[in-house]
Amino acid sequence: MRVRVLAFARLRELLASGELTLELTSGARVSDAWQMLAGRHAALEHLANSTRFARNGQIVPSDAPLADGDEIALLPPVGGG
Amino acid sequence: MVERTSSARLSPRALRRYSRHLLIPEVGLAGQERLAAARVLVVGAGGLGSPALQYLAAAGVGRIGVIDDDSVDETNLQRQTIFSGSDVGRNKAVAAAERLRSLNPLIAIDALPLRFGADNARDLVRLYDAVLDCTDRFPTRYLISDACVLERKPDVYGSIFRFDGQVSIFGAESGPCYRCLYPEAPPPGSVPSCAEGGVLGALAGIIGTWQASEALKLLLGIGEPLIGRLMLVDTLGANVRTVRFDRDPGCTACGVRPTIGRRPLLVSDEEPSTSDVPEVEADALDEVLRDAFLLDVREPHEAVLGSLEGAVQIPASQLEGRMHELDSARSYVVACRVGVKSLWAVARLREAGFTRLQHLQGGLLAYAARHAEFDFF
Ligand SMILES: [Zn+2]
Repeated sequence: MRVRVLAFARLRELLASGELTLELTSGARVSDAWQMLAGRHAALEHLANSTRFARNGQIVPSDAPLADGDEIALLPPVGGG
Repeated sequence: MVERTSSARLSPRALRRYSRHLLIPEVGLAGQERLAAARVLVVGAGGLGSPALQYLAAAGVGRIGVIDDDSVDETNLQRQTIFSGSDVGRNKAVAAAERLRSLNPLIAIDALPLRFGADNARDLVRLYDAVLDCTDRFPTRYLISDACVLERKPDVYGSIFRFDGQVSIFGAESGPCYRCLYPEAPPPGSVPSCAEGGVLGALAGIIGTWQASEALKLLLGIGEPLIGRLMLVDTLGANVRTVRFDRDPGCTACGVRPTIGRRPLLVSDEEPSTSDVPEVEADALDEVLRDAFLLDVREPHEAVLGSLEGAVQIPASQLEGRMHELDSARSYVVACRVGVKSLWAVARLREAGFTRLQHLQGGLLAYAARHAEFDFF
């Protein structure tokens, strides 16, 4: 199945893109999408615990299941002011 | 015949100044009067605080507190538009307050050149109707959210990084808090601040202005506030999205079994519970002082912030040695900064035979928060 990933703030920079598509096996969860990206970009590791995920516009836990066509937004904390 | 709008709370001059608000049905005279009666605390007078403070002041919010212990640096001027070059080196709260007073002399500004910390968070939040989180430090963001949850005040949150911004409202009734969204702070150094990573100046203007707009909506009770929604502003892609999030039953601050505030993190938890000492409410102090003296027991470092005319000043730490300066036949209203030490002082005075004692509930901070003409800080 295919999911669309939107990356924000620091993660957009680390992934060098604000939007990408991932091919995942059926039954994959949000955390599997993150693991796939973290495998490609080691720098994601230090944001692993603090990043939240929105699936189709709703923040969900990282073990939430994914379905074909879902959109995941990766939301690292932003602290500047 | 011309009918003129009149208002018990707003002068003709104020009605003219705010006329473009009065023309909006959602605001109108009643809304403008609500704003005039409202008190807002802005934590951080930096990139977000600059626009937020200016729009809140211009809008006629009756009392605005601005707290910041930092001073203006030349590198701030790229985005912190409340300051001018001549402010470099001055405390931000003091410089911002000066600018706001000239922008709108009809409102009161509390300049607080302090750090918003665990020792004063709840006492300060309690004095205002809403708080704007315009800080640039994660620990302070958690502290603001926790204090707002405990004091049941809305926390209008904004944050920025380079081209990306976030806005939301935490701590509102039945709404989630900052810890529901981000339960734990990122490891130090993993998320750069504006000073480390840089920021597009105009983004600070967008996000701080949006915070002001959300705060005004809350105060007016109009529209759909960003409660349980996180707004994501991406200036590079020119996209604005919102995602929904819920209160987390396991949240350590606002969940089913909260742990925050149950330990002595914040000083207010240590307040004496109840007492039989007659209390004077801040609103009634002026009246009571016609027949009584104010005994101000703040320490000298607290009293430099300002004091009431005619008050007898004896710091609590010197009270036992200086009681002879007081007359037990007289009535005293004992006051400290927040109304905790004053209870202790009343107990000592009673032991010494004083009987005509009252204590100022909420301390001089509470009094200052209710008196527009009194720039106590
Ligand atoms: Zn919470």
